[in-house]
Amino acid sequence: MKEPLRKSVLAVGPFHPLQEEMEFFQLTVDGEKVTDIDVRISYNHRGIEKLSETLQFDQVPYLVSRVCGICSASHPLAYVQAVEEIAGVQPPERALYVRTIINELERIHSHLLWVGLGGHFIGYDTVFMWAWKYREPVLDLLEEITGNRNNYGNVKVGGCREDIPDELIPKINQELDVIEKKTEMLTKAVLDDPVLHARLKGVGVLSKEDGIKYAVTGPTARGSGIAIDVRRDDPYAAYAALDWKVIVQTEGDVFAKAVVRLLETFESIKMVRQALAKLPKGPVAVDVKEIPPGEGCGHAEAPRGETFHYVRSDGGNRPVRHKIRAPSYVNVPSFKASCIGADIADVTLTLAAVDPCYSCTERIAVVDGHHAVLHDYEELLRLSRAKTATIRKDLGAPEMNWEDF
Amino acid sequence: MQPNEFHKQLTPIRDRLAGLDRTADNRVFLPCEAAQVYEVCRFLFQDLGLRFVISTGIDAEDRFEVLHHFSDDASGCVVTVKAFVRDRQAPELDSLTPLIPGAEWTEREMHDLLGIRFRHHPNLQRLILADDWPEGVYPLRKDVQA
Amino acid sequence: MHTLQLWALKKSIWVFHVNTGACNNCDIEIVNLLTPKFDVERFGIKLVGSPRHADALLVTGGGTRQAAKRLQEVYRQTAKPCVVFCTGACACGMGIFEKGYHMAGPIDSLIRAVDPQAIIAYVPGCPPKPQAIIMGVVKALAALQPEREYATERVPQTAYADPG
Repeated sequence: MKEPLRKSVLAVGPFHPLQEEMEFFQLTVDGEKVTDIDVRISYNHRGIEKLSETLQFDQVPYLVSRVCGICSASHPLAYVQAVEEIAGVQPPERALYVRTIINELERIHSHLLWVGLGGHFIGYDTVFMWAWKYREPVLDLLEEITGNRNNYGNVKVGGCREDIPDELIPKINQELDVIEKKTEMLTKAVLDDPVLHARLKGVGVLSKEDGIKYAVTGPTARGSGIAIDVRRDDPYAAYAALDWKVIVQTEGDVFAKAVVRLLETFESIKMVRQALAKLPKGPVAVDVKEIPPGEGCGHAEAPRGETFHYVRSDGGNRPVRHKIRAPSYVNVPSFKASCIGADIADVTLTLAAVDPCYSCTERIAVVDGHHAVLHDYEELLRLSRAKTATIRKDLGAPEMNWEDF
Repeated sequence: MQPNEFHKQLTPIRDRLAGLDRTADNRVFLPCEAAQVYEVCRFLFQDLGLRFVISTGIDAEDRFEVLHHFSDDASGCVVTVKAFVRDRQAPELDSLTPLIPGAEWTEREMHDLLGIRFRHHPNLQRLILADDWPEGVYPLRKDVQA
Repeated sequence: MHTLQLWALKKSIWVFHVNTGACNNCDIEIVNLLTPKFDVERFGIKLVGSPRHADALLVTGGGTRQAAKRLQEVYRQTAKPCVVFCTGACACGMGIFEKGYHMAGPIDSLIRAVDPQAIIAYVPGCPPKPQAIIMGVVKALAALQPEREYATERVPQTAYADPG
């Protein structure tokens, strides 16, 4: 006799093992397979778009930098680009290069963060520790340039607030050399590891057609053969002047997305080096007195995909309307397509593969019809790691060691 | 494709539009009445293969506006369909979600924050406002104080 | 980077992390505490997966309307006595999100609504650097247990001035 369908309720984070209310990710399962998913995101809603209408145009970058901590360079950049469009303002060349450098440094530390988290979810904690250790120098560099490890406060309408001092350039290049070497070692370890191949390939597949229907962007799209990248398609900052590749894979699985992010990290390192070498002399900002009536669309390629801002002005001091779209907003729902039919053990990893905000991935659980938790987050993590361990045993492969790095 | 070529691509739906505004090199706005929006968007998404980006709901004093933003990645052009929803008492628009699953959240959000109803939306439930947020209070409307 | 010279804490401090609507910067800095550069486990500070055994809560975010009740529920479940660390500008006072229509914080008012005698510490910063979070935890514990020897008096003065 077929087992009755067990309905599952929502994401209860690690702190609500017996919580009954709907929280985040709602997974319906039939046995060990996921059959449906829904999401509630009210948890993080802070009403930022409305707050924007109360701020002056030049105060908004500080607000939107904090939409998401790990895309904190791309949000203000997309916003100021939208306003510069309305005002018909072109920032000076040096500002365009500085913007590029800051944004690519952010991409490097964001991708390393993701690699670490991915490792954590499948039980490769050495990868987690390693990746997060090597993103620290990038954060230190950003702090030296902008004054903060995150939330740089670096852009404004008309250019940048701070310049990159020429004396700092040799140090940035030195650090990049180290990071490049370490990323090479990590990439090789990932691409050569048979256990990772078995664990990540064919998992969480997002087909190209589904990707288009869900309007995904960034590595989530490029891992499924959708060759889009705002830096190339609608160039902004200094990207049109640099020599770099858009990285695309076609399989659409977690492995493909990991490859895209790892290879993109190398492209980012290349871009920062080029931008530093070509950094033109001159001011980093032009004065902007007024924003006339009008509307503008600004977008930037954040580490997670396209960040899109729409701004409407009526000629006053404040935006009349400011629409903010983070890349995760379109990427996370695609989880529906990539998770249906998947194993419960792959759920945390599949969600992590679209690289949502870190705390999103904590809010995931599977509960039965009586609201008793079948699998909470800790359990899902355990299942994920157990699957890796089984694969490792079957393949007879050795454990990855800290000393290897 | 440059904006002037883009013009020609729009011939099949030109009579559905109230205008064609090119605000910048790579920025095109297509104003139209609410009743035309679904067909215009279907044309852009299915026939021209543009990528859906997001939708912006606006309380524009005497009417609501729903902007559906699309991207022509091949040329870098952002194409925004600007729908005028003139009935302020019961604002409604045809949902894009049956055509573009990626529009589900943004339409739910506009429903939460502006009270615009999307006809034929498969799941028009609360998305971003708290469970205990009062019904009938739409935070993005201009009459709600920040 | 300043070298923090701390005695090993006489008792391990088990810490539980709660996000009440944060942008993730503070959350990431908290996770950074586990990584090799900061490595709080050598000080006896341990991040745990349940509030029931926690001695302290690291709360991030300004307390959105949806998150407020959950935070209060977590506080009730946490073993007492416990210290609530408001980590980051949002948790300390909602910061730039103060006027947001969906905000129900600040964190201290949400906690005091449940327990007027709650012990609350503030670690400001946007985000506070991992060093600042460690400093905050140790300072608060030293203040609460003056008869124990926490070596905060040995930490160089400059550590306090560290802008978070």
